[in-house]
Amino acid sequence: MISFLLRRLASGVVLVFAVATITFLLMSLSGGSPARNILGEGATEQQVAAKAAELGLDLPLWERYWNWLSGAVTGDFGSSWFTNEPVMTSLANKFPVTLSIVTVAILVTAILATVLGITAAVKRGWIDRFVQVFAVIGFALPNFWVALVLVTIFAVNLRLLPATGFTPIATDPSKWALGLVLPVAALVIGTIASTAQQVRGATIDILERDFVRTLRARGIAKSSLLFRHVLRNAATPALTVLSLQFVGLLGGAIIIEKVFALPGIGSLAVAATTQGDLPQILGLVVVMVVLVVIVNLLIDLATGWLNPKARVS
Amino acid sequence: MSESVIQAQATPGTARGGLLRRVLGDKMALGALIVFGLIVLASIFAPLLTPWDPARAELSEVLAPPFGEHILGADSSGRDVLARLLYGGRSTLLGAVIALAVALAIGIPTGLIAGYYQKWFDSIASWAANLIMSMPGLIVVLAVISIIGPRMYAVMAVFGVLLSPGVFRLTRSGVLSVRKELYIDAAKVSGVSDLSVITRHVLGVVKAPLVIQGSMMAGIAVVLQAGLEFLGVGDSSTTSWGQMLNDAFLNIYVAPTMLIWPGLMIGITVGSLALFGTALRDAVQGTQSVPKRRRAGGVEHVPASIEVVEPALRDVDRRGTLLDVRGLRVGYARPDGDTTVVVDGVDLHIDRGEVHGVVGESGSGKSQTAFSILGLLPAGGQVIGGEIRFDGVELTSSAATVRDAIRGQRIGYIPQEPMSNLDPTFTLGFQLVEPMRRHLRLSKAAAKTRALDLLDRVGITDPKRTFDAYPHEVSGGMAQRVLIAGAVSCDPELLIADEPTTALDVTVQAEVLDLLRSLQSERSMGVMLVTHNFGVVADLCDRVSVMQHGRVVEHGTVTQIFDAPLHPYTQMLLESTLEGGPARTPLTAKESRS
Repeated sequence: MISFLLRRLASGVVLVFAVATITFLLMSLSGGSPARNILGEGATEQQVAAKAAELGLDLPLWERYWNWLSGAVTGDFGSSWFTNEPVMTSLANKFPVTLSIVTVAILVTAILATVLGITAAVKRGWIDRFVQVFAVIGFALPNFWVALVLVTIFAVNLRLLPATGFTPIATDPSKWALGLVLPVAALVIGTIASTAQQVRGATIDILERDFVRTLRARGIAKSSLLFRHVLRNAATPALTVLSLQFVGLLGGAIIIEKVFALPGIGSLAVAATTQGDLPQILGLVVVMVVLVVIVNLLIDLATGWLNPKARVS
Repeated sequence: MSESVIQAQATPGTARGGLLRRVLGDKMALGALIVFGLIVLASIFAPLLTPWDPARAELSEVLAPPFGEHILGADSSGRDVLARLLYGGRSTLLGAVIALAVALAIGIPTGLIAGYYQKWFDSIASWAANLIMSMPGLIVVLAVISIIGPRMYAVMAVFGVLLSPGVFRLTRSGVLSVRKELYIDAAKVSGVSDLSVITRHVLGVVKAPLVIQGSMMAGIAVVLQAGLEFLGVGDSSTTSWGQMLNDAFLNIYVAPTMLIWPGLMIGITVGSLALFGTALRDAVQGTQSVPKRRRAGGVEHVPASIEVVEPALRDVDRRGTLLDVRGLRVGYARPDGDTTVVVDGVDLHIDRGEVHGVVGESGSGKSQTAFSILGLLPAGGQVIGGEIRFDGVELTSSAATVRDAIRGQRIGYIPQEPMSNLDPTFTLGFQLVEPMRRHLRLSKAAAKTRALDLLDRVGITDPKRTFDAYPHEVSGGMAQRVLIAGAVSCDPELLIADEPTTALDVTVQAEVLDLLRSLQSERSMGVMLVTHNFGVVADLCDRVSVMQHGRVVEHGTVTQIFDAPLHPYTQMLLESTLEGGPARTPLTAKESRS
């Protein structure tokens, strides 16, 4: 198990490194003059050259890459070309917001999708049909559209919930929770729909296994059969789906944040994208990929804990 | 499982046939395809459907209400909403097509090569696929936009690269599943080139899954593109649904209804793609929900009638009835509501302490009879007639709680295949302890002591280690001993053993049979021993019932059956199994599963 985790960790480090390198190279080779973009059309050639020298853009590519990389491993991603704020500072300010939404969303998804999926698999009937239809609807409706509709109904018309804004959990936990209701609701409709569908499939598959019949022949309690044996066996595929959902939620949160004017990394990402702010984008990409690697490791750990066979391979 | 059961569970969709025919044959897939086709046509022929120019803004028409000059009203710049919807489909759909084309163009060839030739290419490609799959897609796409600018089609091509691992994995696993098939070898031996083997045999296998996956990916691409445009990082010069949503968002307090139309278009487009995909998947895999209940008045399909040796001819002494099965009938619901009858009027009588062999070829209904007694018929199967009396209690009409109390405690069950019958995620010890704690109300420690004793009793040399082991850590023979220990753990009065030695090595078979015999005599359990092996019958049983086509065709004591079989089927079975050899050599008799 430990060697397996170490291997996954190593492959995660390689992933982070590869993505960072590719992004750096592509962005550096894409042509154009970042210094000119920063200063605007009115700047003189001397000013542009001076800016380029200040940003280190006059250095050879490998040297720029080395400078960035040696900083990055110590957590220093440089400063934004446009605001001069250190990338790490702005990320540290914005990330907790995005992480709040995504974490709550993935937890809600895990719980509701498990309950729905297992119920559909065991009871069949109308709830099974509901899960099937829900899966298609949840897939078809873009989450930001759902968010817009929710805002229109609950915030604009009914005035039940705040339409915009974010309260840090440390300031006021109940306001924090209230502010998260709509963004999380918009995000999880899609993820619950597809995860429930997967849990249903996995559960049906497990229910048909021989060992379930043998366990039933031993007369163990139905609750133990379902929530101990079947659930644990169905958890491996479900966790794999959840890890993919997490990656998707990170992207979904960026779009959702715009609807609710949440001060997460979404606005940062969009601004950096439109401006071509290389250090900011690189920082974002690296932190995101690191986050995905961490979550995947956690999922691997959970899978190993739940499924002894996975510990060996 | 009998052939008729397999037929009963098969669905019409699994019939062989071209992909196109399956699509046309499935109402939902066809309907979804038509809806999607209409959206595509509406986008292509937009100029014929609306006189308005989607880009022409008129100040006087800003936020004009619907059903006036503009059928769906006008947006915040005074542009016709309907025209923008129709024209907007073009860029959205084209973007999805580009992403899909790139994903397929990368995924299919690499998947075919990786799956067919494997070796180093497979390792590298699989690694790269995992790498791409764990990248946060939207962030990567945003980074790409910051490099190449808001050129939506190029961006969608990059997104296609991000989607390609899905295609790669599907193609690769499809190839892996067929490359070891004999017909592929046959084609290769007969000099067919690799390329034509791949295109003719391998591509055919992955075609349907790819169409399903493709329709899903196209949907994802549509949503992603709309999201980018909503974020405002898209191409602002072309009309698109995402842009319309952005415009609606900016006017959400003034004209909230403007949200509806573009959302609806995206929803219908992606929904039709998803429906098409799921309907096709169900048709291909046959996972449509089979009607669970048999239709009242549905036709019963019974096995061909055969001559039966009347039980009255062979009545034997009775030591006190333990199990009495009368006229048992078991049926499986067919998709059309009819019923396939797999057990048709079985009588079975087992006395206390009697070992009763139930013999017959595969599909004769012996396992179905055993499952009926346990009340554990597979999904779709049910007892449709007769009665099962266990110690005087009629089981088929009993409440679930009554059956639950009997199962495991008074009736034990030993399955055929040891490995698949143990829960892989729990230790063997846990699986032994759980029923004892429930039925015998033992404490955790007492149940553990008893489990260790049982493991010792069934001949396991290191009970402690086995107790803590997981199923994948022990051999098949050990697993079967553990299952036997579990079956007898609560001192059952009846033990149902369903081909308990079939899956084991010949030497282990003999040991397990010895174990069964000694356990039976020590606890004087009644045993129903389901087998197709007359050697096992001769070795263990007091009496035998011979089954064919869902009926008991003959029964009697072991001596009666072996010395003077009356039914031609019994005679045939005996001849084919023993081939004239002496009755006491069965332990090494060759397995002859038909």
